Amino acid sequence: MEDLAVQALNGLASASSLFLVASGLTVIFGVSRIVNFAHGSLFMLGAYLAWTLTGLGPLAGLGGLWSFWGAILLAALAVGALGALLEVTVLRRIYGAPELFQLLATFALVLIVQDVALFLWGPDDKFGPRAPLLRGAVEILGLRFPRYELFLIAVGPVVLGLLWLLFHRTRFGILLRAATQDREMVAALGVDQRLLFTGVFFLGATLAGLGGALQLPREAVTLHMDMAVIVEAFVVVVVGGLGSLPGAFLAALLIGELHAFGILVFPRITLVLVFLVMAVVLVLRPYGLLGRAPSGAPPASEVAAPLPAAMPPALRRAALAALALLVALPPFLGDYPLILLADFATFVLFAASLHFIMGPGGLASFGHAAYFGAGAYGAALLFRHFAAPMELGLLAAPFAAGLAGLLFGWFCVRLSGVYSAMLTLAFAQIAWSVAFQWIEVTGGDNGILGLWPSEWARGRLAFFYLSLALCGAAVLLLRRAIHAPFGMALRAQRDSGLRAEAIGIDAFRIRWLGFAFAAAMAGLAGALFAYGKGSVFPSVLGISRSVDALLMVLLGGVQTLNGPIVGAIAYAGLQEQLARVTDYWRLLLGLVILALVLFFPRGLAGAIRRGGSP
Amino acid sequence: MTPALAAEGLVKAWGGLRAVDGVSFTLAPGEMLALIGPNGAGKSTCFNMLNGQIRPDAGRVRLAGRDVTGLPPRAIWRLGVGRTFQVTATFASMTVLDNVRMALLSHARRLLGLWRPAAREFTAEAEALLTRVGMADQAGRPCGVLAYGDLKRLELAMALANQPHLLLMDEPTAGMAPAERMALMAETAAVARAGGIAVLFTEHDMDVVFTHADRVLVLDGGRLIAGGAPEAVRADPRVRQVYLGGGPA
Repeated sequence: MEDLAVQALNGLASASSLFLVASGLTVIFGVSRIVNFAHGSLFMLGAYLAWTLTGLGPLAGLGGLWSFWGAILLAALAVGALGALLEVTVLRRIYGAPELFQLLATFALVLIVQDVALFLWGPDDKFGPRAPLLRGAVEILGLRFPRYELFLIAVGPVVLGLLWLLFHRTRFGILLRAATQDREMVAALGVDQRLLFTGVFFLGATLAGLGGALQLPREAVTLHMDMAVIVEAFVVVVVGGLGSLPGAFLAALLIGELHAFGILVFPRITLVLVFLVMAVVLVLRPYGLLGRAPSGAPPASEVAAPLPAAMPPALRRAALAALALLVALPPFLGDYPLILLADFATFVLFAASLHFIMGPGGLASFGHAAYFGAGAYGAALLFRHFAAPMELGLLAAPFAAGLAGLLFGWFCVRLSGVYSAMLTLAFAQIAWSVAFQWIEVTGGDNGILGLWPSEWARGRLAFFYLSLALCGAAVLLLRRAIHAPFGMALRAQRDSGLRAEAIGIDAFRIRWLGFAFAAAMAGLAGALFAYGKGSVFPSVLGISRSVDALLMVLLGGVQTLNGPIVGAIAYAGLQEQLARVTDYWRLLLGLVILALVLFFPRGLAGAIRRGGSP
Repeated sequence: MTPALAAEGLVKAWGGLRAVDGVSFTLAPGEMLALIGPNGAGKSTCFNMLNGQIRPDAGRVRLAGRDVTGLPPRAIWRLGVGRTFQVTATFASMTVLDNVRMALLSHARRLLGLWRPAAREFTAEAEALLTRVGMADQAGRPCGVLAYGDLKRLELAMALANQPHLLLMDEPTAGMAPAERMALMAETAAVARAGGIAVLFTEHDMDVVFTHADRVLVLDGGRLIAGGAPEAVRADPRVRQVYLGGGPA
């Protein structure tokens, strides 16, 4: 019983932290319609800045109370100022851009902040001081409970109250609410939108920074905080309803308590539990607990161009020449380039499979790695538990991934836009959690080792040719499918669901099958990748791999046929080259992505097709 | 003879407002029936119930005697009902020909092919349909660049792809110039007569209605207040009162 009480209090404390981050995210989304991936990075910066300010700087000289609480507030405000700066310099330029490009830009910021933090604070974890006045513990029901946790529990409702006052009692807040409901109308009434948007980013970033800074006495500051917290914040915001503050509070409580009690009841599947709750909420209430269906103009989406009739002869010749080189050159290459080329082949297929549902299907997936991983684990599990050879593994992988696609897709394709993207993310995290926590079957973090190709394909050259042949065939199938009736039907339901239904097309079924087909193709890529590496780890279905695929497709251009190929090679090549020349490759990659988003919004392949003019 | 379409006591309320309040009528095979009424009379709600987009609170919809109440639009389409929309809905990223081809592929239940290019399917049939609506010369254009009147024609061609017995046309001439309206409705009437297709349409342009409709139904406040031959409806004092504002038509 006492245990339960303490767990409940723990849950409330984490709920407060979650709410701080999620409230900023949801406020920013409400007004700007931007899903800010970099919000977790702002949280992390808040923690790092607070660590520096409490230890160094003029505030530290004041000692005691001031040095801690002053540092926390200053860190939050500094992060707020940074958020405003980012809005003015980067985000302001992409408000009119398609949703996914905005996401790409904010993800570039994640990469940049990662390396800036690495450069400024180094790779070691930082441990903060304990909070003055709130050291030690109090007795509750005969159990000792840390004072600082109690303080955190109070912070959540206090911030919610302050935000309520801001939104209902100040002119700025009322304008923000108005803009959340109808941006165009607020603009039409002559309100200076620029100030409003910069203001909201300042507010949201301050909340993220405060959330991060307040973590200082609770946990170590690390370079992994950003991704961990952004995924949780996404869950909270989506469960609560995008743009709804009370919803975010409610959802933070739900998720916080779920974590706390989940550890008692189902210690092995806490992570699965959280994402499962999110999936259930989104299926029952597609716009979150307190969210409402978006009204007004739908978010800008890329104007879909008709399919290009045929490749221009010059491009066709270049593609054939490249293919010929890929077949003729490898015997003269060393091991390392062969490994790289085989990897590239799997990335191209992975990107092409995601492109299939994103471009023609019009459905953004933030969790495509789940299917890459389902293929890889499908093959690896057959090997581990049944000693299946590579041939069988490669054959089974697309089916394993396709089944996962059918199962998850049934939920994901009912929603659209940001909500469906978040649901795909949730399912990918569920898959990741299973791989990570179900140690008896998957080996957990230690992965499954010794997954080598069969004898005949073990040489680097032979394995490259195998990868090229299988990935090439699968990419060809995907391209044929785009021009075939199925691809056309997929495009039809994307262009106009109303018209598709009115001519007898079952849009849900087509989307669902398209999702599963793309998943199966990703599964083949995943299995090849696993055999190439000789092992499988949970990271094959981690969020960063999903983001890799997304970046490849977006870089290449969603509405181009060659986009995924060009994008995969450009992205993987860039990553590889940058990692070779500098430790700060994320920073450079982030800057390159940002430049691409700002200057080539139609992707690389789109730019090449139009003679390089942006 | 079994009517092509029968509405029996259709009711739909939004909150407290009864948008459609007990509407019953029948449509004979090959007949052109106009449904008119002031804005907010419940025409579109009525249409969307017939088409399956909205489930009625009460009442039944029968197609050639068969109860189709509550079936989704795609199932109703498969029973031979073509539909055009008040605001055109077409596949903007495809050519005119591919739009029609899509409807033909769906009619033939050949949507799942992964290998053979769609461009090799039903080209002649799609061109024939485009010829019927006078769009053959625009077959290769992307439909995102079409003039509004041409989009309406394209919708008609798509609606004809499943050899329908019934066309449901919600304001088929909305947004078009007067001369073009007459031309489009004349074409529609010719196509419908040639194929023995019944047509139910809503329309604001009285010239169009009285020139082309065999029969006119007048909806006001969710109820049918008059119906009959165009001349009779035109002369009906109640219609003049609520709809024509008392002045001469």
